[in-house]
Amino acid sequence: MTAGYISHADLGGTTGHGTIDAEHGEAPFHHPWEATALALTLAAGAPGGWNIDMSRSARETLPNYLALSYYEIWTVALERLVVEHGLVSRHELARGAASEPRDTSRPVLTADRVPVALAAGGPADREPAGPARFAVGDRVRTRAGRVDHHTRLPAYVAGRVGSIEHVHGAHVFPDTNAQGLGEQPTWLYTVVFDAQDLWDDATHNQRVSVDAWEPYLAPAGESW
Amino acid sequence: MGHGHDHDDDHHDEDHDDHHHDQDHSELGEMDVRVRALETLLTEKGYVDPAALDELIDTYQTRIGPRNGAQVVAKAWVDPAFREWLQRDATAAIGSLGHGGRQGEHMVAVEQTDETHNLVVCTLCSCYPWPVLGLPPTWYKSAPYRSRAVRDPRGVVAEFGVTVADDVEMRVWDSTAEVRYLVIPQRPAGTDGWSEEELAELVTRDSMIGVGLALDPSDVGRAEPT
Repeated sequence: MTAGYISHADLGGTTGHGTIDAEHGEAPFHHPWEATALALTLAAGAPGGWNIDMSRSARETLPNYLALSYYEIWTVALERLVVEHGLVSRHELARGAASEPRDTSRPVLTADRVPVALAAGGPADREPAGPARFAVGDRVRTRAGRVDHHTRLPAYVAGRVGSIEHVHGAHVFPDTNAQGLGEQPTWLYTVVFDAQDLWDDATHNQRVSVDAWEPYLAPAGESW
Repeated sequence: MGHGHDHDDDHHDEDHDDHHHDQDHSELGEMDVRVRALETLLTEKGYVDPAALDELIDTYQTRIGPRNGAQVVAKAWVDPAFREWLQRDATAAIGSLGHGGRQGEHMVAVEQTDETHNLVVCTLCSCYPWPVLGLPPTWYKSAPYRSRAVRDPRGVVAEFGVTVADDVEMRVWDSTAEVRYLVIPQRPAGTDGWSEEELAELVTRDSMIGVGLALDPSDVGRAEPT
């Protein structure tokens, strides 16, 4: 079978990543270029017009994701996004110089609007198109198979049975939004699993939850 | 996790061979050049305002950080009505203190108790409540933490110096959607009568992720009254 969409970022429960290097300092950046990479990514989103799910998709599919540092991932993904969304051409990126005209219809984030833009954020809740299929306490089974596009159901809970703990309302559906297929809002739930239903080596008295959209879920008695 | 100086298997941008420094392992230099090139290009094209970049960086370096979350926690410790609001509608309660917006649009507060120890992770990327905690520390975004927090949370918090007894439930929140979780640590003993400002000094970033506890009075140079 040929490999289609591959995320290299779905790390929950995987092994072999070494020890946690817990630095207790609170400095958000370790090199000046990291701060610039963050700011460029936030600022370029306005003229670029991509959404957060497209950004995540661009990052998680970088073939060398695990070899890159966090802001290296952001930088390389941003190079990809600015080309894919037409802000710069491949030629311009390779040369490092602008040679094509600016599209003046694209919005630009100016310094004076930064506080307003950050305070507004990007709420993901939307009016639901219909009633929620599940209620708090319902037992549900998560989607078992892989999908060939960006998704937010971690592999470690795939095909497992858990309980609906909270109903968050309808939220933008990342699977379609990342593909440019629209927001298609759908119900979002917190689904909690007993760790012993996830891992053979789990200790007792441990539970893990994910936030899962309705298309990821079926009644526990049904199979996928 | 390595620091990514090995770009040999980087096939995604063949147009960028000039960025591949197979012999040059000066990662800092390479990324400096690469980010600056992108900044110059986007600025030249008029799509990025350099003053906006400065404003964004300044915001996350100096204005938005874990002191915001500490203020929320301290208020929850002293104000039962606020604590109840936080449990019912954390986004609104936190917003009432002036914190909200990007990466904090949908907040949930989870309380540490004698029965439950909460831990927050994002196994799929790096989701983190920016308005109350600022930008995430490197370890939070790294593969070792993201992979292990859901599988061996007791072991993970132990590495941060927190022992969670076997009879206390470990409750892990994997932030897979746009909901962001803020842990409310337990109020330390010996802090009766402290002001919100004094209490906020005890609230660490790590305690609001679940890998730490709030500080004891002795940690800030104040002895418990005898």
